[in-house]
Amino acid sequence: METAVIERSACADSVLLNDWHVVADLSALNSERPFETRLLGTDLLIHGAGDRVRIERKCDSGPVQISKKYGFLWACLGDPDRDILHIPEAFETDRFIVTGGSIAVGVSGLRAVENFLDMGHFPFVHTGWLGEEPHTEVPSYKVEITDQDEVLATQCRFFQPVASPTASGGIMANYEYKVSRPYTVALYKTNPVHPDRMDYIALFVQPVDEEHCIAHPLLCYLKDNTNEAELRWFMQLIFAQDKPILENQLPKRLPLDPRAETPIRADASSVFYRRWLRHHNITYGAITAPQ
Amino acid sequence: MIKLYDYELSGNCYKLRLLMNMLGVDYEAVPVDFYPGREHKSDWFLKINPLGQLPVLVDDGVVLRDAQAILVYLAAKYDPSGNWYPVDDPAKLGDISQWLAFADGITSTASAARLHEGLFYDFDIDACRAGAHRLFRILDEHLWFAEKQDRDWICPGAHPTIADIACFPYVILSEEGGISRQDYPAIRRWCDRVKRIQGFIVMSGVFPAGPAGGRLNALSAA
Repeated sequence: METAVIERSACADSVLLNDWHVVADLSALNSERPFETRLLGTDLLIHGAGDRVRIERKCDSGPVQISKKYGFLWACLGDPDRDILHIPEAFETDRFIVTGGSIAVGVSGLRAVENFLDMGHFPFVHTGWLGEEPHTEVPSYKVEITDQDEVLATQCRFFQPVASPTASGGIMANYEYKVSRPYTVALYKTNPVHPDRMDYIALFVQPVDEEHCIAHPLLCYLKDNTNEAELRWFMQLIFAQDKPILENQLPKRLPLDPRAETPIRADASSVFYRRWLRHHNITYGAITAPQ
Repeated sequence: MIKLYDYELSGNCYKLRLLMNMLGVDYEAVPVDFYPGREHKSDWFLKINPLGQLPVLVDDGVVLRDAQAILVYLAAKYDPSGNWYPVDDPAKLGDISQWLAFADGITSTASAARLHEGLFYDFDIDACRAGAHRLFRILDEHLWFAEKQDRDWICPGAHPTIADIACFPYVILSEEGGISRQDYPAIRRWCDRVKRIQGFIVMSGVFPAGPAGGRLNALSAA
């Protein structure tokens, strides 16, 4: 575990600087003391709570643009050139829409996104929950870049002993994954009670610096047979299993050189994600490929 | 049935799940939205525990707070062998109690560091880490001398006690608070032995023992 302060140059990726990033769960803020956080290497102070929230840069007290959505506080260090991601499921009234509990992880946020896309680790890291031996095979699935320039993985299937907080026995879970922004990934997953509907989890990853991130999950689950405490319990149970694995990944930044790591067929979504990051010239949190 | 007001990522809740599993005691876990919901500070929960802390255990009309107190209760009531908490051995009870208090010290240092690092709690991280290292040094030395006398556990005897269960969770989770156990070889060997106790279960962030079995292997691998 490193204790030294990492000094890195600030982010130069305009795609990231001019986009919105979650910086806090609104429920974590209070008006008594400022909440300190960091975004893309820039230290921020969040003052106030409720309707009276503002963010300033710690170095020069300069203001930072803010917005509130989905129970989170969002910040943009530059000039936003697009809106916060629209999530239709977050407006469906038969779902719980809850923040899942923000957790800091000592690894590049790009690694956290990639791990979220990966089914191969289920039996080994989420043993007895999202997978179990000997059901280790990842059946082949489809990956594409959509018209909206998202990485979309469909027809993903995996045997899961406890697929969700409402599960009562193992099921073949159907998944779809979507990467909409470099640090934003989501999954759709079969609801065990209503097999024709999908639960939805978004992971908004805050790039703290190149080797640290905060995962902010948003849960949009069908309300039947569950409650908010149970949804948060399951999300945190699963994510806290990933945390030590992520923190032991080396290098801590995501290598984008296709020759850096050897993928197998099950890693198709990761291969697409890394290629898509290269295409968008994302360097922050990455080890870039030689030109 | 026993009811445990529980939070998955709490080491203090985990130690109760751990002992109950080792004792083969059934219980119902009630998940409390500790984070980010702060349900342990809600009106309904403060009526159960005015300190606003997890865990709380309810059994047969007995309502208990404080993980160490609950370990005492569970072992005294549900372990007929008397190994985990020998109620008729005053010297050993005193010894166990001093390590239960030590476990509270691990909570206020190593656990606090973990809450600061992972969940943004406002603690003095350097003080937390320094405090944890001080306690780990003491525990490591204690366990090292115990091994020299052919003892496996924190308190003398062939069987582990609730002192081991009380100290284990926030030691094994210490890396999440940036506290390495690299310099504490006797602690590492002891952690491995705890993982091999019949009925051991994990929580998120804790991994099962490797395939090698027995104390000899654990010692030579460390």
